[in-house]
Amino acid sequence: MYAQLVKSSGKGVKSLEEMDPQERAFQQRIDAGDKIEPKDWMPDGYRKNLIRQIGQHAHSEIVGQLPEGNWITRAPTLERKAILLAKVQDEAGHGLYLYCAAETLGVTRDELFEMLNNGKMKYSSIFNYPTLTWADMGAVGWLVDGAAIMNQVPLQRTSYGPYARAMIRICKEESFHQRQGFDIMMKMANGSEAQKKMAQDALNRFWFPSLMMFGPSDKESVHSAQSMAWKIKMNTNDELRQKFVDQTAPQAEYLGLTVPDETLRWNEEKGGYDFAEPDWNEFFDVIKGNGPCNTDRLNARRKAWDEGAWVREAMLAHAEKKRAAKLAAE
Amino acid sequence: MPDALFEYLLRLGDNTLVLGHRISEWCGKAPILEEDIALANTALDLMGQTQLWLGLAAEVESKGRSADDLAFLRDVWDFRNVLMVERPNGDFGHTIMRQFLFDAFHLPLLDGLQNSSDQRVAEIAEKSVKEASYHLERSADTVIALGDGTEESHRRMQSALDLLWPFSGEMFLTDAVDDALLVSGIAPDLSQIKPIWSKTVEKTLREATLTTPEDDFAHSGGKTGRQHTEDLGHMLAQMQWLQRAYPGASW
Repeated sequence: MYAQLVKSSGKGVKSLEEMDPQERAFQQRIDAGDKIEPKDWMPDGYRKNLIRQIGQHAHSEIVGQLPEGNWITRAPTLERKAILLAKVQDEAGHGLYLYCAAETLGVTRDELFEMLNNGKMKYSSIFNYPTLTWADMGAVGWLVDGAAIMNQVPLQRTSYGPYARAMIRICKEESFHQRQGFDIMMKMANGSEAQKKMAQDALNRFWFPSLMMFGPSDKESVHSAQSMAWKIKMNTNDELRQKFVDQTAPQAEYLGLTVPDETLRWNEEKGGYDFAEPDWNEFFDVIKGNGPCNTDRLNARRKAWDEGAWVREAMLAHAEKKRAAKLAAE
Repeated sequence: MPDALFEYLLRLGDNTLVLGHRISEWCGKAPILEEDIALANTALDLMGQTQLWLGLAAEVESKGRSADDLAFLRDVWDFRNVLMVERPNGDFGHTIMRQFLFDAFHLPLLDGLQNSSDQRVAEIAEKSVKEASYHLERSADTVIALGDGTEESHRRMQSALDLLWPFSGEMFLTDAVDDALLVSGIAPDLSQIKPIWSKTVEKTLREATLTTPEDDFAHSGGKTGRQHTEDLGHMLAQMQWLQRAYPGASW
């Protein structure tokens, strides 16, 4: 997930003949299914693109803690609280693997945080939507993590070794999260009238933003073509969105909930659902910073970073003193 | 005292519940990503222990209440945690200092409870003691790093210690409940836990270059339920809201 609008710096895909020998050899390795490792030569565009994509993904994990953290202190049972805590802890862990993967490309975690905090790097637009009821914890797990998995499973085969390996660990945990989310939805959908209402309301609010998570149609995009040639993007946005709807629509039916799309119906001929596109104007508004929670999410991150400065400085200073004392003793 | 065991289990379970809740308030806001993970992990351990202690309390009470009923449907006056753990988080230094002062007590307490004459208590303690040992290692290291680190961090840690110190004594105050459990061999002697705590605290604070406050005044009223702080009511208003707003619902 979570890298929904990454523009590559390439100007379209070059043919093998147009490439210089080094670039050609690189592309041939990718075509042969080789993994690229940190010390290998790689084109600048590949490196830059990956930093943006992995960074966006890492930031999404970190910012994604906030809408769920919003309900940890109000979780309705001890078990639900523990499950949610475990989930948020996993997400912070995913952030950590991904920042480490990005660091192998020559950018530091602090630089990436800086770019998140000053708005130069994005995170998934889904986290700019509020979590208003407990059912939203179900919807986030079921829909948001569900959409993330759609995106991430293919990325386990991505060409960059550290990214692919991080993705394998992440996918295992994400599937678990999705099942937990669905379990919350099931409890709610089969619960009291008030709980059913919460469940339906959560689906109403999260359906289209979840479809947006795959990014706008990129069939004609030269940026996407380049990323696909480099195997840092494995499917088009539309393919993944279709797959997501095909998986999710029957689940909604099973829950007895109504997907907020009157045009949603099974199309026998294409073997998939027809469905309405999300409002892409809303998507671009959210990306630009005008989503319901953009300001709050970023301010929360900045506040955490600023208020934590003294802790980071102190830990460095202490480590430095210890190192000096050890040297003096030797 | 027929209810002594029930009371005692509430003390254990409410300490972990309330502290776990406080720490979980940090979610996504810690100064360093590794600290976010560690705080969530600690909160998770404490919630797990809460499920076990309050589960056993409910069983001992045998009035048909569950661990969740005890956590979400009791009011302030029925909580039995020490006041220190319900104090608001303050800055990161204050949170870590509170954690350390508690961990330094929790570990020897659980260690003693492993030898409880009540098999159920001993089993929970055995499971929890490993977690508590890791918590103490981590909180002590962090107190040392922040106490020793910079001028600012030193000042913040000293101020956290000065604020929390009058709340630390309550952990060792005994009453008829403690006496009854000591006699029946269920719980260890708090007067023997105290010197272990003091030794850990003195050693750690010395390394952290912090000054141990001299005043031994202790606020009390949490573990007996006589009088909590104003903060607990606000915490419960948040923690118990869903259960209270939608009674009888299954989540």
